Amino acid sequence: MSNLLDVANLTKRFGGVTAVDDCSFGVEEHSITALIGPNGSGKTTAFNMITGYLPADSGHIVFGGAKMSRPRPAQLARLGLCRTFQQARVFNQLSTRENLVAASQPSWRQLFGARSTAADREQADELLADFNLSDQADKLARELSYGQRKLLEFAAALVGSPRLILLDEPSAGVNPVMIETMERHVRSRHAAGATFLIVEHDMNLVMRLCDPIIVLDQGSPIATGTPSEIQMNSAVLDAYLGA
Amino acid sequence: MTVVRRAGLALLLTAAVLVGFVGVTHWIMNIFIFTVMYAGLATGWNLVGGFAGYTSLGHAAFFGIGAYAMDVTFEHHSIGAGYVPFAILPFIGIGVAALSIPLGWIAMRTRAATFAIVTITLLFVVQTLAFNLKSITHGSQGMGITPPPFALHTYERPFYVAMLAMLVLALLITWYVQRSKLGLALAAIRDDEDKAHGVGVHVTAVKLIAFSTSVAIASMIGAVWAYYVLFIYPQFAVDPLISIGIVLMVFLGGKGTLWGPALGALIVVPAQQYFAYELGASKLYLIAYAGLFLVIMLFLPQGIIPSLASWADRNRHRRARTLSGGQLVSPPLHELLP
Ligand SMILES: Nc1ncnc2c1ncn2[C@@H]1O[C@H](COP(=O)(O)OP(=O)(O)OP(=O)(O)O)[C@@H](O)[C@H]1O
Ligand SMILES: [Mg+2]
Repeated sequence: MSNLLDVANLTKRFGGVTAVDDCSFGVEEHSITALIGPNGSGKTTAFNMITGYLPADSGHIVFGGAKMSRPRPAQLARLGLCRTFQQARVFNQLSTRENLVAASQPSWRQLFGARSTAADREQADELLADFNLSDQADKLARELSYGQRKLLEFAAALVGSPRLILLDEPSAGVNPVMIETMERHVRSRHAAGATFLIVEHDMNLVMRLCDPIIVLDQGSPIATGTPSEIQMNSAVLDAYLGA
Repeated sequence: MTVVRRAGLALLLTAAVLVGFVGVTHWIMNIFIFTVMYAGLATGWNLVGGFAGYTSLGHAAFFGIGAYAMDVTFEHHSIGAGYVPFAILPFIGIGVAALSIPLGWIAMRTRAATFAIVTITLLFVVQTLAFNLKSITHGSQGMGITPPPFALHTYERPFYVAMLAMLVLALLITWYVQRSKLGLALAAIRDDEDKAHGVGVHVTAVKLIAFSTSVAIASMIGAVWAYYVLFIYPQFAVDPLISIGIVLMVFLGGKGTLWGPALGALIVVPAQQYFAYELGASKLYLIAYAGLFLVIMLFLPQGIIPSLASWADRNRHRRARTLSGGQLVSPPLHELLP
């Protein structure tokens, strides 16, 4: 199968630290790929470069066949690539419902139309119900708990039905029931044709949800494989145990 | 909109128009005109400063460009005195909106404090141009318009009505923006512009729409002002104090609200004129400006209207609690203060 996303030789240095070092990997279309690695191994930095939030020192990405050495977040959103942030980022001054409407990528004409149409509200409320956020629909996002904001950001990333969704530690700070809800959504979107690239520290979640798994250490991949392959890989164990 | 609200608005508008027709002295009429002028400028500024969160200090530049556009049209095309000059306002607005798009595109690549500095630099560039493009502006000599043949005792009326029309236009645009996806996009940009890019908000376009609309309003108001004051020169027409006054009024009344900016103008301008009159030396109001700014920042960081709204909100909650038979616990003191 072909790759929906290819990462080619991405490098990022912060002063003396090389956060991501000549990093190359591919994300197969219609996979749920995990990107794991110890703290500080460069996962978030790699995400930031892939999604255009951070300019790469060198390297490029290929998304949906288009080669980009300086991707821009807006361009990627329009091409169907969406992400969430490790520290949930939502629009604090907007209501929970409006956060989803704002992410619905309106056409030019809709931009001059009603702030939220009946259709917008219906679509948003359906997602909110799914994430147990219906009671919070009219609350400002800044009034939500951290876990709720995390869920809201995840829901907002799903609104436009993107082809590729990058999640940075979706389960951190979220209660176990809601983690299951997230997992269910990942699976159902996956069944509907979406591709995922997930950074996650919860190994149980990774092992049951993702295949393949890419392991990053000190800014470059050291292993790629199925969950069982990764579990038996000695280089991975060394990286995690700091040997 | 409820019938009550609509009636209230109609009443307010009628009252505002009638104010221009009561027989008051010229200097009172002068205060009315400047109050409505600043209300319009502040309401227009709010589109970009309040909704998008881009604190522009450059609006006086566009005000001045509008003023000079008025005078230059007079000089070169002799459009005739009377009401005709008011008819060219839309053209000035459209022209300045077009001009502002490349300027805004550059300026809005910066944010926060940098944006404020870039826009105030723009203001000084425009002022310098007004000094130096002598063939157009006559430089520091200034330029004048022949006084229109309006009857002396009602001389100010047409200017008052024109300023009021600009204010109503600015309010209508604000009302519309609040209710459209433009307003939603602007709010998202104000909250987290980078995130907004990532969820596919048309960030650049929406910012430029807000900026060009906002400065077009400022330019049309500047044009009316130029016709009213009859004689303009660079420091007068392109005055940083106009920018600062606008920002002060919006902060006082409440950024990002429909009525806040106009309310701020309604408080600040008459007070300023009164103090200028009382204290004789008109520049003393600058100290009052500084003091007022300090007071707002310390006690009303959100401005009057948002503070009143959250105060009313809390009261509603309290009443709801008492009505539902719940124990009424008095809220802590800091919650009672606006
Ligand atoms: N903006 C920055 N400035 C300087 N150094 C940075 C910056 N961002 C990341 N780093 C450094 O780059 C390295 C990789 O950081 P990154 O956040 O990508 O790791 P991570 O794999 O996401 O870690 P975690 O699992 O803890 O989230 C770290 O050493 C970090 O200190
Ligand atoms: Mg990280």
